[in-house]
Amino acid sequence: MGRLKRGSRQLARLIVSLAVTVIVGGILTGALVRLSPGFGVDEHALDPERDAAALRAREAALPERGNILIYCARHTAGMLRGDLGMSRNWNRPVSGLLAERWPVTAQLMAVGMAGGWALALAFALPGLIWPARIWKTMAGVCSGTLLCVPSAALALLIFVYAGPVRAVMALAVFPRVYEYLENVLTQAAGQPHVMAARARGIAPGRILLWHVMPVAAPQMLALAGVSVSMAFGAAVAVEVICDFPGIGQLAWKAALARDLPLLVTLTMLVTLGTQVANSVGDLWTPQRSEAPA
Amino acid sequence: MTRRLAWGFLALLMGLALAADWIGGGSYAQQFRDFPGAAMCRRFPLGTDALGRDRLVRLLVATRISLLLAPAAALVATVMAAAIGGIAGYCGGMLDRVTRRAIDLMLSLPWIFLLIAARALLPLNVPPAASVAITFALLAALGWAAPARVIRAGVRDLRDSDFLLQARACGCRGFRLLWRQVAPNLKPVLAAQFLTSVPLFILSEANLGLLGLGVADPLPSWGNLLHELETDLSFNPGVIACLGLMLAVLVCFRLLLNQPQTPNC
Repeated sequence: MGRLKRGSRQLARLIVSLAVTVIVGGILTGALVRLSPGFGVDEHALDPERDAAALRAREAALPERGNILIYCARHTAGMLRGDLGMSRNWNRPVSGLLAERWPVTAQLMAVGMAGGWALALAFALPGLIWPARIWKTMAGVCSGTLLCVPSAALALLIFVYAGPVRAVMALAVFPRVYEYLENVLTQAAGQPHVMAARARGIAPGRILLWHVMPVAAPQMLALAGVSVSMAFGAAVAVEVICDFPGIGQLAWKAALARDLPLLVTLTMLVTLGTQVANSVGDLWTPQRSEAPA
Repeated sequence: MTRRLAWGFLALLMGLALAADWIGGGSYAQQFRDFPGAAMCRRFPLGTDALGRDRLVRLLVATRISLLLAPAAALVATVMAAAIGGIAGYCGGMLDRVTRRAIDLMLSLPWIFLLIAARALLPLNVPPAASVAITFALLAALGWAAPARVIRAGVRDLRDSDFLLQARACGCRGFRLLWRQVAPNLKPVLAAQFLTSVPLFILSEANLGLLGLGVADPLPSWGNLLHELETDLSFNPGVIACLGLMLAVLVCFRLLLNQPQTPNC
């Protein structure tokens, strides 16, 4: 009962935190767009071939240049209603652009997270079962080297050599996950009950599955939430270099075209997404840690 | 020993980078129009690019920019983090809670995405020198969140320590307490955060440069030197040297970070 109460309190806190992010984010993004240079200016007005009537019609369609507070309030209210605004560069609703592109990014992120975690576990687990120094050194060298190469350069290298470009996602996520995962698992494996199990001669695989993993599971879940953000970061570079029409590429194109309405909305949505992913791990953590060993 | 080797390598590289114009015998922007795309030779040890610019000089100047400006940006970020995290951790209460939320929010955003968004808010069409300043200033301005979290935790640990209690009992308060008692005890944490930020900023600049949002041509940076891969699909020695040098520098910073700090006894 107490656990349920604590869980519902945490869920309520998460909902409040997300609502605050939407409202504060809405106000901030609205202010950024409103204050950006060139707001409310139509470049077609500089075109001498346009007639006055067409220009007046275009000006009427532009956002008003009134009070910034009113603008921000309208912007936030629009966001809460699901109206994410219009992209200046594409001249299309942001929601439509997102609907088109999110599956590509989601697929890349799924590949990155699955591959990155598989690689990280493949390097971290054997080191726990057979604690040989050479294995840890090899894993450290691999992850350290990959950590020192920019993910965009990695994507470019694999692209140039016609390799599997989706593998870049896994290679970019792996070293970041491995460092934390290795620490978490080593800490869990050093617990007294694990040492006692070893002393009793229980098989290493069984110790790992029944004694180490349950202790490390809450932190691993929290790490999984954080790795969503890592995978998204890698997806931006991969989408731009390898021409995948995803959200990362959209953000990059918006940055180059200074399409601020699109960019700030994207930033806010990405923040919300990563916050939800991180919070899922946080919600799970106390319930698991209270479970009897 | 490893630490000394790493410092030695970085110092040697910095020396070479500072002497770039003297080593190459020309400026990074100088075009040798008779030798565009030249292969490695005695005159141009790393060859020339498509515009006939000496790749070695450009690589050394890019190294100079990264080795000077990334630590400068890291220093600014660490100072900001120390101020924000230190005050929040020391004061506690509502201020601490709000700061923690702000830090969490900053950290929940993918770093490269945040950089792209912030870079787009600033003018894109700027002179090369301004683009360098903007890129590294942006890294400094956005890179405070992760160090601030660690510093905040460190200050919270120190807040209830016996020596601070004694200092308070002796009448030491406010800023003086933070400056004279807390800050010296945070030195190892601050040094670690500084050393963590430098490679992160070098990598971020390279990523931004590769995406065309970093340092503007003709000024070289590791990012825009690697960008050559996009147009010149063959593996030229300049790109290999750039990747190798970046890897070596980042490994050096990791080695500096991994070594245990000597206790001040």
